[in-house]
Amino acid sequence: MGAGTQLGRVRGLGSAKSGSHHWWQLRVTSAASLILDFWLIFSLLRLPDYSFATISGWITSPLVAVPLALLILNWCWHLRLGLLEPIEDYVHGGNRILTLGLLYLWTFGVGGLALFALLKAAFMGGAG
Amino acid sequence: MARARERRPVAPHLTIWKWGPHMAVSIINRVTGGALATVGIAVLAWWLISIAGGQERYAAFAGHAGAWYGQVVLIGLSWAYAFHFLAGLRHFVMDAGAGFELNTNKTWAWAVIAGSFVLTALVWLVLYWKAI
Repeated sequence: MGAGTQLGRVRGLGSAKSGSHHWWQLRVTSAASLILDFWLIFSLLRLPDYSFATISGWITSPLVAVPLALLILNWCWHLRLGLLEPIEDYVHGGNRILTLGLLYLWTFGVGGLALFALLKAAFMGGAG
Repeated sequence: MARARERRPVAPHLTIWKWGPHMAVSIINRVTGGALATVGIAVLAWWLISIAGGQERYAAFAGHAGAWYGQVVLIGLSWAYAFHFLAGLRHFVMDAGAGFELNTNKTWAWAVIAGSFVLTALVWLVLYWKAI
C-alpha cells in the first residue's frame, strides 16, 4: 500500500466483488419481509384481544411459530446488511472494526434471544 | 488515513443543494431503518421474552406498552415501519429503472411521506377501536 491519495491506492484494483451481492440480499430480505411482516401484522390485528391467554395460545400454533421464527431470521439478516451501510459510510479506522464487532454482537444476540423466547413460548404454551 | 481524509475537500452536499422531498425520504429511510434495527427489534424480542416468561412477565410488558410512554414508542415504531416499508417499495420501482423523471420522483417521494402517516393512523384506529 502506497502513501498516495485514497483514489490512487485503489485505482486499478477493480471492485470489491461483494457489492452487488450485498445489494441483492438486501432486496431479497425486503421482499421476504413483505410476506412475513404482513402475515404478522394481519395475524395480530385479527386476534380478538391481546391478553396473555390469547397470545400464549396463538404462539403455540406451528402456523404462527414457524413464520415468526423465519421473520426474526429475515429481520436480523436485513438489519445487519442495513446497519452495515451507514457504518461503512461514516465510521472509519479502528472505530469501524469496533462498530462492526458490536453490530455482529447485536444481530446474533438479539436474534438469538428472540428465537429462544419464541421457541420456549411455542413449546410451553403459556405454562411458563 | 483518517487525517488525510480530513484535509481533503468534501462536496458540501447537504448544505448547498436545494432540499427536495426525495432527499428527505432517502435520509429518513436510513433513520427509520436504524430505529427499527435497534429499538424495533429490541421491543419485538422483549415482547417474545415476556410471553415466554409467563403471565406476570407478560402483564409487566403490557403495562409498559399500554402506558403513555409505551404508546408513544409503539406509535413511533409503527410510523417508522410504515415509512421504511413505503420507501422500500419506492426503491423496488427505482431498482427497475422507473420513476426517475423529476416530477414523478418528487410525487412519489411526497406519497411515501404522506402514506406513512395514513398507514400508521389506520393501524392504530383498528387497535383503539378493538380496545373499546
